[in-house]
Amino acid sequence: MTTQPETATSGAEAARGVPNQPPAAAAPITKPSGFAATDVLVNEFEEGPDTVQRAAATPDELQPHADLGLKDDEYTRIREILGRRPTASELAMYSIMWSEHCSYKSSKVHLREFVKKVPKNTRMLAGIGENAGVVQISEKIAVTFKVESHNHPSYVEPYQGAATGVGGIVRDILAMGARPVAVMDPLRFGAADHPDTARVLPGVVAGIGGYGNCLGLPNIGGEIVFDPCYQGNPLVNALSIGVLPVERLQKKEATGVGNVVVLLGARTGRDGIGGVSVLASATFDEEAEQRRPSVQVGDPFMEKLLIESCLELYDAGLVSGIQDLGGAGLTCALTETAAAAGTGMRVWLERVPLREASMSPTEILASESQERMLLIVTPENLDKVLAVAEKWGVWATAIGEVTAASADGSPGRLLITWNDHVVVDVPPGSLADDGPVYERPMREPSDLILLQADRAETLPRPANAEELRETVLRMIASPNLCDKTWVTEQYDRYVLGNTVLAQPEDSGVLRIDEETGLGVALSVDGNGRFARLDPYEGAKLALAEAYRNVAVTGAEPIAVTDCLNFGSPEDPAVMWQFAQAVNGLADGCQQLGTPVTGGNVSFYNQTGAAAIHPTPVVGVMGIFDDVTRRIPMGFPAPAKAGGDLLYLLGETRLELSGSEWAWVTHGHLGGRPPKVDLAAEQALGALMGRASKAGLVSAAHDLSDGGLSQVLVESCLRYNVGAKVTLPEDGTSPFVHLFSESAGRAVVAVPRGHEKAFTALAAEHGVPCTPIGVTSEETALEVRGQFSIPLDELRTAFSATLRDLFGGTAELVSRHAEATEAEPTAVRSVTLEITDPQAPGGPIGNA
Amino acid sequence: MRIGVVTFPGSLDDGDAARAARIAGAEAVRLWHGDPDLHRVDAVVLPGGFSYGDYLRCGAIARFAPVMESIIDAARGGLPVLGICNGFQVLCEAHLLPGALTRNQHLHFRNRDQWLRVEATNTAWTNRFAPGQEILIPVKNGEGCFVADQRTLDQLEGEGRVIARYIRGNPNGSQRDIAGITNEAGNVVGIMPHPEHAVEALTGPSLDGLGFFTSVLRSLAGASADGQLAGGQQR
Repeated sequence: MTTQPETATSGAEAARGVPNQPPAAAAPITKPSGFAATDVLVNEFEEGPDTVQRAAATPDELQPHADLGLKDDEYTRIREILGRRPTASELAMYSIMWSEHCSYKSSKVHLREFVKKVPKNTRMLAGIGENAGVVQISEKIAVTFKVESHNHPSYVEPYQGAATGVGGIVRDILAMGARPVAVMDPLRFGAADHPDTARVLPGVVAGIGGYGNCLGLPNIGGEIVFDPCYQGNPLVNALSIGVLPVERLQKKEATGVGNVVVLLGARTGRDGIGGVSVLASATFDEEAEQRRPSVQVGDPFMEKLLIESCLELYDAGLVSGIQDLGGAGLTCALTETAAAAGTGMRVWLERVPLREASMSPTEILASESQERMLLIVTPENLDKVLAVAEKWGVWATAIGEVTAASADGSPGRLLITWNDHVVVDVPPGSLADDGPVYERPMREPSDLILLQADRAETLPRPANAEELRETVLRMIASPNLCDKTWVTEQYDRYVLGNTVLAQPEDSGVLRIDEETGLGVALSVDGNGRFARLDPYEGAKLALAEAYRNVAVTGAEPIAVTDCLNFGSPEDPAVMWQFAQAVNGLADGCQQLGTPVTGGNVSFYNQTGAAAIHPTPVVGVMGIFDDVTRRIPMGFPAPAKAGGDLLYLLGETRLELSGSEWAWVTHGHLGGRPPKVDLAAEQALGALMGRASKAGLVSAAHDLSDGGLSQVLVESCLRYNVGAKVTLPEDGTSPFVHLFSESAGRAVVAVPRGHEKAFTALAAEHGVPCTPIGVTSEETALEVRGQFSIPLDELRTAFSATLRDLFGGTAELVSRHAEATEAEPTAVRSVTLEITDPQAPGGPIGNA
Repeated sequence: MRIGVVTFPGSLDDGDAARAARIAGAEAVRLWHGDPDLHRVDAVVLPGGFSYGDYLRCGAIARFAPVMESIIDAARGGLPVLGICNGFQVLCEAHLLPGALTRNQHLHFRNRDQWLRVEATNTAWTNRFAPGQEILIPVKNGEGCFVADQRTLDQLEGEGRVIARYIRGNPNGSQRDIAGITNEAGNVVGIMPHPEHAVEALTGPSLDGLGFFTSVLRSLAGASADGQLAGGQQR
């Protein structure tokens, strides 16, 4: 039976919680029903829990290891480690911790490249292996940032899947000692007009907004990409960034024998059981929807309280160690904190506050209920910790204590009881660190040679100026290039008051220090099509794009996080793509001098035999000494007659393979992606940094998907400022100038009077700098000798697409006016009765 | 001048409101939901956010917080109170302002830079605007659709108590494009858009939000200071 503890035990005080939330009442024990994942885990009720004693006595009892995702040899190894069969709880713990999601068993051998090739860096305070990487940005201040996937849950249950994706990454940031200050979301969906996209996208966007907005974190950027390869496997990646005083950096080690293990935050329920093992570490089949119980359910209000209480605890110096509970729940937090310190741990599982009293010990250990943190505190600080929790109305419960390492010096054991039954007795390191490691077979995809031979450069192109004009309009209305306001206006970008730039700008820019103007820029980018054509170069291109996006705002790129989204590692072709991408990213980071500080691998983004395009998503962070010098992407209203001068930086080549144009107009994917020249990216970045410091540039926009055409349209529409553009006559056709996706390029606007200084600076950095025209007081985008399109016409094409597809948010003023005329008073009074039950019929307001 | 900013569990824009008060030249004083003491503040801001998770109904639980008991009493005695977004919802739930804020008509949370027309400049929080002045302030809410019965709406209009209206687009379906209202005495104002996010050129779409905070300083300075400040009224 599960009850709240009544008495203190071993120095750990009784549970305390929110006064108005009664402790979980004892309930009759019944076998829970209905949950596929749970049924596999729970068989312990008929004869009481499966104890260590019982396991030793019944060595031959059949166990459902295969159903839990454990291979036969993995099961054999568990038996060797324990010297007996595992208990039901232990088996569940091994299956979770040794899952692909937690153990990185397929990726580990490749991820070592990041460590092997890490560039020299003095800023890094914590790196790969921690909850998130921490980078020092000034003498006193550090930032921590990381991107993670929540792909599978978001497909099964879009709203909660995406919401808890935000919640999870925010807790990672919090666990490092930082106050989370912003989020970003790189998203990928199937075809924009597919009926299931209409189910997934609005739910995902509402979930991200619903959680992030309620948490008070500005959403400052991200990506929305549509491609049929993501139809059955949308990608919902979430990035968060936090800020901390350098000395507040937290550790996860459960040090100090006798220290108390405190569970802080929400009560534990049956949601998310099997999330990492059943859901995240297997490919989808037709029964994906039945896995809904494996998706966690979020409560952003609780997370907000959790953040505030943790920060107060850090500042008061009350925390010796801390770990968030996310995927793998209590199992992961207990084993990782103990394993990191080499200590043991003694846990009384019946003390865990529950939402449902009938939960079995296995369920409590496997639950992925959200908004929980595990704290290690000294016994003398326990009362203070509980008082802070009570102030914020958060449950805090002493559930265990840190125990000594073994007498022979070997690490301690994790001993877990449930109402005096010993249900777990394991070496924590065997779960956290000694999981299986595979060198999976790899083979280049058999279709790659043919795919690379099928180049887009040979496709038919617009034949005349009129067709070119139509192509511009068609491209900006295509789902990947169109205005994303329908999505981004569902996110709060203002809260906290430090958002300097947010979507649709190239980077999100945050002020970190109000006194000095110290700030950061962040961009996340990835291009699955390029990576499909060449995963090594594709990963480098993603890095180059994110780096460039940060650099064109004037920031200095310093660190990287990544989310590697791939198909099944059991497919040699996928494994080859993965290894190539990791190598490309590691080589790129080494060359740019920007270390990978942490990230996440998401495998099994695959339905049946169909894997997604390999999709490495790369986040780059840069710093500003003074964020007031950031460069926005929109052309400013001309300050002087004749407008600002426009320059194209970088070199345009005939590079159309994998481009948005090839996809939109021909449904074509083939050839080789654009060439990457990281030295050129660095030169461009250095130029933009200098130009920003010297105040030479009024706007800058990175060229990527959709090429120059897209950039001109976006920069014009941002502040409704026209441009007159003259394409260089250098033998390259106007079409290629407008739609090639060559890397290493940007368009800048230079106010008159600064042109000599700017072009000299460009020459000094060896960056090709071609004058391409001027901004204009006429509200049209004119490409001389080709076409002129009024900005209103561009805006109509650019902004209608998502609204037409997903509906709903057309201007309300006209609709409201119509409704008012058509349906007068009656409708209003009905609305009132429903929405204001406090004052039915009577006068409202009595001030 | 001391402007108090209340923090409920789940308040999010409390830091921003305090910053705006400071930029306007006031001393920002943080008030805690569980503490009924108003700490000698001269005015109070109820900030945006999701107080108590917006459970039950937006503002419905916050209205019963100990600090609100004191604020309700003080507001009836003339204390200037500005409710922004969630704070507006709290003021309606507390019956310091009429009407209610319901789910946006399009059912989505919406964040955008919104043009407003200031309609009433005789309140504690809007006296530094010119009548009819158009201002640009961020709006961000999921439940910002102002509704009231016909009689209440007519009364608000008739008494000049609609302080600001949405123009160039209504972001949430509010009746008669109402963005903010005041009580009969003009000391209590509720507004759905967020003036505290339009107080710095670096982070806001304009500086128009500052007017709300400088207005209350002027009304607190009273008639004697009125003459001195009048010259700076137009921005």
